[in-house]
Amino acid sequence: MSHAATHDEHHDHGPEAGIMRWIKTTNHKDLGTLYLWFSMIMFFIGGLMSLVIRAELFEPGLQFVQPEFFNQMTTMHALVMIFGGVMPAFVGLANWMIPMMVGCSDLALPRVNNWGFWILPFAFGLLLSTLFMDGGAPAAGWTMYPPLVLQTGDAFPFLIFAIHLMGISSITGAINVIVTILNMRAPQMTLLKMPLFVWSWLITAYLLLAVMPVLAGAVTMLLTDKYFGTSFFTAAGGGDPVMFQHIFWFFGHPEVYILILPAFGIVSTIIPTFARKRLFGYDSMVYAMASIAFLSFIVWAHHMFTVGMPLAGELFFMFATMLIAVPTGVKVFNWIATMWRGSMTFETPMLFALGFVFLFTIGGFSGLMLAIAPVDFQYHDSYFVVAHFHYVLVPGAVFSIIAAIYYWIPKWTGHMYNERLGQIHFWLSAIFINVTFFPQHFAGLAGMPRRIPDYATQFTDWNVISSVGAFVYFVVQFVWAYNMIVNCIMKKGEPATSRVWEGAHGLEWTVPSPAPYHTFEEPPVLDESEVQGAHADEHQHEVQGKPA
Amino acid sequence: MEKAKFQAAAAALLAAMAGVAQASPYNLPKGVTELTQEVYGLHMLIFWIVCGIGVVVFGAMIYSIFAHRKSRHPKPADFHESIPVEIAWTVIPFIILIGMAIPAAGTLIKMEDTENSEFTIKVTGYQWKWQYEYIDQDIDFFSTLSTDSNEARQLGSGVDVYKVDNYLLDVDKPLVLPVGAKVRLLLTSNDVIHAWWVPEVTGKKDAIPGYINKMWIQIEEPGVYRGQCAELCGRDHGFMPIVVEALPREEFEAWVAEQGGRMPGEDAGPPQMASAARVAAADIGVASEAGMSDAGAGASEPVGDAPAADQASLMEQGETVYGNYCSACHQANGQGMAAANFPALVDSPIVTGPADAQIQQILQGKGAMPAFGYLSDMDIASVITYTRNSWGNDAGVVTPADVAAQR
Repeated sequence: MSHAATHDEHHDHGPEAGIMRWIKTTNHKDLGTLYLWFSMIMFFIGGLMSLVIRAELFEPGLQFVQPEFFNQMTTMHALVMIFGGVMPAFVGLANWMIPMMVGCSDLALPRVNNWGFWILPFAFGLLLSTLFMDGGAPAAGWTMYPPLVLQTGDAFPFLIFAIHLMGISSITGAINVIVTILNMRAPQMTLLKMPLFVWSWLITAYLLLAVMPVLAGAVTMLLTDKYFGTSFFTAAGGGDPVMFQHIFWFFGHPEVYILILPAFGIVSTIIPTFARKRLFGYDSMVYAMASIAFLSFIVWAHHMFTVGMPLAGELFFMFATMLIAVPTGVKVFNWIATMWRGSMTFETPMLFALGFVFLFTIGGFSGLMLAIAPVDFQYHDSYFVVAHFHYVLVPGAVFSIIAAIYYWIPKWTGHMYNERLGQIHFWLSAIFINVTFFPQHFAGLAGMPRRIPDYATQFTDWNVISSVGAFVYFVVQFVWAYNMIVNCIMKKGEPATSRVWEGAHGLEWTVPSPAPYHTFEEPPVLDESEVQGAHADEHQHEVQGKPA
Repeated sequence: MEKAKFQAAAAALLAAMAGVAQASPYNLPKGVTELTQEVYGLHMLIFWIVCGIGVVVFGAMIYSIFAHRKSRHPKPADFHESIPVEIAWTVIPFIILIGMAIPAAGTLIKMEDTENSEFTIKVTGYQWKWQYEYIDQDIDFFSTLSTDSNEARQLGSGVDVYKVDNYLLDVDKPLVLPVGAKVRLLLTSNDVIHAWWVPEVTGKKDAIPGYINKMWIQIEEPGVYRGQCAELCGRDHGFMPIVVEALPREEFEAWVAEQGGRMPGEDAGPPQMASAARVAAADIGVASEAGMSDAGAGASEPVGDAPAADQASLMEQGETVYGNYCSACHQANGQGMAAANFPALVDSPIVTGPADAQIQQILQGKGAMPAFGYLSDMDIASVITYTRNSWGNDAGVVTPADVAAQR
């Protein structure tokens, strides 16, 4: 042991050669890369499923698939995109950036980190294998409501165990993030000097720890209901099908913020860089995220206004849900105040961050409308809801992931992407994501329910536009893939400087590009110019003994 | 030249878009009840509020993007904090929210008040149809997707769906209601969760097995209103529409009489219905008590008075029952759909083997096939007889008594 430790201290280890590097790695940068590649593959698979959906909905009548296969596609699209695409992408970004942002050499639990990643291919192997089974993949929606989900065939136990595995992976990732952030920051980095991306992930990690076990419990009860004769959710045996919805959404609503808080962190990092101005209202940004996280635990039943709750329950969940608009609004106002009288340039990461602010806000507006319970009885389970959550998830969470990759990939690979291709990618994405999802508001208001494979003829026009948008949006993403792979990963682009962006601040920009395999093996001295928050100028007072 | 072409194309596109906007509804309907109109008002109120907020927020953002870009504003300002501003943009949205919450709460409270309704209808969701039981009028029937739509919606049907009247939004028997009456709906389900939604009449309410949810509607204008199941309920979730026909009161009463029902409180007064109808109503009452039949099912004509179970009449009734309940999966030709794992009934070992096994499977369901125990003995016997003697099958007759013995 002591021999190995000495060995490590004196030599800068490079990665192992060959495939075993990726299987055995405990390096946060390697694992970050693996998580990101995994999520990109899942985005591709989930995207293909959405194209099956959009192709079938291009015209009324059934042209391509049977209704039950359509239902399998909607169910699998959601599971793959949420648990396979967005969540692993954020974990990948956390892996790469948190140690470099707080100034430590790796995550606190590197082997757990390796395990957390390598669970995922097995989880999604199980889940995707159900597509080839008799009776097909799960088709009861990603929300898995009983009793319908109990009609699933051979795919059922695969669904449950895949979710258990995803949950274990998320929990290991969350523990790692919390332990790293709380214990391994550079000496001068107080909590309120942390970059906001780190803050957003700290809060997200606590949400994950709180709710993934709840989901695991809910699906385990489904499993025993189906195979072991229990009746948790079966009315005929004295159980309660609505109880599942309560438990599921007690997980599900915090999950919504798990999917968006890291995006807030990313946007709060990118806008100050390109506005060349410090983030406005750092403290209130942190408090806003904390408030959103707290509120996320007490609003779950707004997903189920139509189950017939008592009036008092409906009123409580309506008011609590409306309250979320306050901290969310604060965040948007702070971003705009950061831009205000800055000196902005519009490189691709900034474009995607601004696209995020615009379009996420539109998703927020429709969210506010959905919070109004009496009107939600009309919106609920219609395409209006589909439009709403795709606005917060695609130009919301996904745009932030794209922005983050454009922003940090020069640091990861040492090479710049092609700016012109980046701009083309942004504008086409921004246009066609709206072509895809904006008409769905109208289809929903006009009365089109979600999760239907075929529709009455008056909904045709909106669906045609939406399908065209979806296909173009999908194709446009290959411009991005080309730009990233050829210019950055295959190193055909211009070499990047260590600072990369003129206005970038933070410890990650103090190391060379590409970042060496091991960074900050010695804790760095935090220069105040690298601190994002408002507390940079308080450093002197702190040194003189004023508490943080 | 190029420019002219472009302009022509742009003009055509604009015209097409205008056409789209005219041809397609794009907003919530105002509806024909006080509640839907109130909900529409709330919807528009909140819509305009968020539009106002949007103008301010996006306006500030766009101005900043324009005026504070590096080429116009090379030196960034240094401010990054202001407690008063933070308080202002916390408090102002909060006040706006209160302004929204008050009218919303008022409407919600009104919606939940199902007291003083004139009569009650029990709505039961099934995979994939609706059952309506007029508790006070003793009327009870199922409502399923119309045959036209059902044929057109099959994969590769070759039917032009635009030529089908009210494609996917038409049923064999609509829910008939009197105009101006406050009607209470009790919603429940026989299998999985469904949701009852007719946008012009009411918002959604879930129909949940083991639960009885309630809501009320009071339609102010005669007409036909269409909606759909709104909660994913399996394969044919998209194919269980809801049609409500609102009739003036006299026409509604005539309809009730025609259905063999009676208006509530009628027993006390002098008989208004034709005596034959009253006898039929009484028959149905007796039949239900005896557990013989409560499933009108559109197909099964009065079961109570027809124990004649000869093969010809069983075959005739069985064909209709088959069309309503079985053909969506097993297909009208009995060939099933191998791709979708729906077995063929032609030469099927279950259909051509011992009848008891087939009766049990229909009563209990199996795998993806729902249980049909709620059908009458007559319906089940007839459909079994039909499957055992069609498409080249020749496996004998099953009588209602055989089915009753297996229950």
